[in-house]
Amino acid sequence: MNIWIAIGVTAVGCYAVKLIGLLVPAGALERPGVKRLAALLPVALLAALTAQQTFADGQALVLDAKAAGLAAAAVALLLRAPFLLVVGVAVVVTAAVRAMTG
Amino acid sequence: MSEQTASPPSGITGTGSGITGTGSGITGTGSGITGTGSGITGTGDRGASAAEVPAKSDAAVVRDALGVGVAVGLSGFAFGVTSAGSGLSVLQTCALSLLVFTGASQFALVGALAAGGNPLTAAAGAFFLGVRNAFYGLRLSQLLALPRAVRPFAAQWVIDETTAVSLAQPTRRAARVGFAVTGLSLYVLWNLTTLLGALGAEAIGDTDAWGLDAAGPAVFLALLAPMLRTTTERAVAGIAVVLGLGLLPVLPAGVPVLVAALAAPAVLWLQGYRSGRTRDGAGRNGQRSNAEAGKEDR
Repeated sequence: MNIWIAIGVTAVGCYAVKLIGLLVPAGALERPGVKRLAALLPVALLAALTAQQTFADGQALVLDAKAAGLAAAAVALLLRAPFLLVVGVAVVVTAAVRAMTG
Repeated sequence: MSEQTASPPSGITGTGSGITGTGSGITGTGSGITGTGSGITGTGDRGASAAEVPAKSDAAVVRDALGVGVAVGLSGFAFGVTSAGSGLSVLQTCALSLLVFTGASQFALVGALAAGGNPLTAAAGAFFLGVRNAFYGLRLSQLLALPRAVRPFAAQWVIDETTAVSLAQPTRRAARVGFAVTGLSLYVLWNLTTLLGALGAEAIGDTDAWGLDAAGPAVFLALLAPMLRTTTERAVAGIAVVLGLGLLPVLPAGVPVLVAALAAPAVLWLQGYRSGRTRDGAGRNGQRSNAEAGKEDR
């Protein structure tokens, strides 16, 4: 049930912000400070999420095969690999390291 | 003219975040759009005035739009696998792709739920990631000039990729075609591949053994990487990582991410404080950050 609540709230919220953009008059959100903050929020959220999902197991910090997979993904990104390849590299390397370290 | 037409592709690279935010929007698909842009630039070099915007054929727009829609749509597979691997049912996974339809938020939500977060805390993180779509909507509403009655239906497709494709088009007609084709192809494929991914994950069983738990963070990293262009973005990311990891053991699941989001206003405030102290450079700094902000919210 909790999951459905989360899905419902997220769906309504995400649809609402999409619709607001189309409906409000242009001047309302066009202030530089607001735009700057809107551009930076995803940076903060994505950075925190990447770190947590790589190094966290529940509430504990761990260093496991995922870290190797993400490091490989980072290298792929530096080499300008396409998106699906970046994700694929992370998955394959994580699986390989996990298989080797048992 | 050539500078103007060159900018849409860079805007796309900037946005980067796809529905999965998808980096493939950045690379494979981006190249298609870059090609378009250079085509336009070519006409500009022959001295076409701004008034006679080159008529881009509908077929060319459709081709560009499908390129983005297909490449990014396929990555719904990664979401389906991650979501099912996080313990959501196939129905819940598909409901997310159908109803939320903005990839980064979807990945964030299932990650937070898997970590045992409170549903509202998890939804808050996903919501804040979706806020950028409001700014895409602002651009698109001027560009597409949709009738009010159509807007509630178009709204669900207001995401990174549709915005990038629409903004790259030379005319309103082309922008409308680009928006509709990208939106439709991406929506259909994203939902189909989500279903396949979720079914696949259920068939596999232990998705961790296949390293599939690395797909979620890898998606986030691929979305994040093209955003880290200036010191400001890197500082925000660095502080967010420290807050997100440092607070993880001491705060309830899902809350550390929300606290980490405060890195964005904090860095902005520090910048404002510093430019306020050096009165001379304040105006220039302000102008520059305006220009950057304009570029970024594409």
